[in-house]
Amino acid sequence: MIAFLIKRIGSAILVMLAVAFLAFLIFAVAGDPVEMMVNEQATQADRDALRERLGLDQPFLVQYATFVMNAAQGEFGISYQTQRDVMSLIASRLPATLELVFIASMLSLLIGVPLGVITAIHRGKWFSEGLQFLSIFGVSLPSFVIAIMLILVFSVMLGWAPGFGRGETVQIGWWSTGLLTASGRNAIILPAIALALYEITLVMRIVRAEMLEVLRSDFVKFARARGVPRRIVHYRHALRNCLMPVATLTAMNFGTLIAFALVTETVFQWPGMGLLFIQAVLSLDFPIMAAYLVIISAIFVTLNTLVDIIYAVIDPRLRQEKI
Amino acid sequence: MTLQVDQEPVLTRPSRFARMRDSDLWHSFVTHRGAVVGACMLVVLVVAAFAAPLIAPQNVYDSAQLQLMNARVPPIWQEGGRWPFVLGTDIQGRDVLSGILYGSRTSILIAVSAVVLSLVIGVLVGLAAGFFGGIMDNLLMRFADVLLSIPTILLAILASAVAMDMLPSGWRALGAAGVIVFAITLSNWVQYARIVRAQTSVERRKEYVEAARLLRVSPRRIMLRHILPNTLTPVLVAATLSFGMAILAEATLSFLGVGMPASLPSLGTLIRIGNNYLFSGQWWIVLFPVLQLSLLVVAINLVGDWLRDALNPKLR
Repeated sequence: MIAFLIKRIGSAILVMLAVAFLAFLIFAVAGDPVEMMVNEQATQADRDALRERLGLDQPFLVQYATFVMNAAQGEFGISYQTQRDVMSLIASRLPATLELVFIASMLSLLIGVPLGVITAIHRGKWFSEGLQFLSIFGVSLPSFVIAIMLILVFSVMLGWAPGFGRGETVQIGWWSTGLLTASGRNAIILPAIALALYEITLVMRIVRAEMLEVLRSDFVKFARARGVPRRIVHYRHALRNCLMPVATLTAMNFGTLIAFALVTETVFQWPGMGLLFIQAVLSLDFPIMAAYLVIISAIFVTLNTLVDIIYAVIDPRLRQEKI
Repeated sequence: MTLQVDQEPVLTRPSRFARMRDSDLWHSFVTHRGAVVGACMLVVLVVAAFAAPLIAPQNVYDSAQLQLMNARVPPIWQEGGRWPFVLGTDIQGRDVLSGILYGSRTSILIAVSAVVLSLVIGVLVGLAAGFFGGIMDNLLMRFADVLLSIPTILLAILASAVAMDMLPSGWRALGAAGVIVFAITLSNWVQYARIVRAQTSVERRKEYVEAARLLRVSPRRIMLRHILPNTLTPVLVAATLSFGMAILAEATLSFLGVGMPASLPSLGTLIRIGNNYLFSGQWWIVLFPVLQLSLLVVAINLVGDWLRDALNPKLR
């Protein structure tokens, strides 16, 4: 087990080093930062001084090592655009994104699982076939299309929920939450649904497929034969055996959702780190771009590694396998 | 004793069309309602998109045809709507229908190029890695791990933004299409490489490959003529499905502003432009491009879903 842990964590660290290298490359191809930071009147001596201060006179590999050391401590430099510390900028936007993604994950479970069960139990009935057909749209349509439709219908035409911004927020320590005010709760509804829809259909399809499999198994037949009520067979015996893949999917997709939130955030002008990233991309603010890439990948890799390790704890056979 | 072979059976090969009509694939296609509907939609949309210069009322690339007095005309069935602006016009007087037709053509061309390019790169790299194994294989898999640990959308946005920045400013508009193809390919080829590699490392141990080796067939020929055809089915299925993904990726990039510029709009660009007028009452500028994009992707996925099931030997 310990050997497995070391191997798995080691490869995660290697992957992160490579991602950091990619992030570092962004700076390398992006042109000379000295030229971006100095003003017109700067003399050659000024430039050289700045170059030395930024460590740009060092060899390439030394610069990369410095970048990695700083990144590991959450040091990503200063934003070109706002002249503020990149890490504190991202930290101030993090709560908005995490709240959105968390609510979307909850929605996908609360809606996706029951829909999956219903379509599996009532297989062949018109409404479950209809739902199955609709799920093609859920998988096909990009989140910004869904977001725009939601805004058009529920906020422009019906006026039920706001179509942009985050509403009022309450500050708890460094965490700002919109969930404690009425306007904040109203504002999160549409973006959360827009972000969750893809995941809802995914969860629904997986639960349906798993349920169909389990419903055919012997223990379900036995429970039925014993006269256990239908509801209990479906929800206690069958559903429980379907939840493992759903839990894995939700955990793994948390990272994907954070990345995809950037599209939703752009449509709804939701002040999360995705919106920060897109604004940085459009104004070529490289430190923010690099930091976002490293942070998102770190979340991604951590989740994947955790899932692998938990699997290995549950199922010892997986420890033997080559990684 | 001589062997009489005068009764040689006459083997007339049925025509290509007849063979196609007789195949399993064709049968499963015509009996699958979703696939037929999807394919019909797809044909109509693609033909309309490529006939854009013939059927569109306006050439959207010719800024001389844009007139501000035609700006913000609503669709024809609404009050104030007028011919020939069937679906209305946008803020600069660009006809929405023409924009959609030309935009679909751009979107489809970019998506097809991206899928084909990633297919070629992915298949070649995967084939070489699976066939030769060793260091090259290890390198590929590690590299794939790295690329897969970055969300594809993020990789595409970064690649597109950085590459766009490196283009000389005169080339921005035209080079944008190339940059998007590059960005989508970068985030897409790994999946093909992985599929082909897995399949190849199984195939190369089989007897027909041994036989070919004994016959001194060159490794290149073994790879391309013997192993490749046996690895293609799963890759082609993945390619159909990722064609839809490529359309979406392009639309997302353009929507976010790191894709096609407003002078050469794709569907995503049109949606980005229209999105600015969502709250000011001109809903048609955004709604119709959104519908067109949705139709296109749904049609592709309907066909893709069928193809995945039809070519999957486990489900036969």
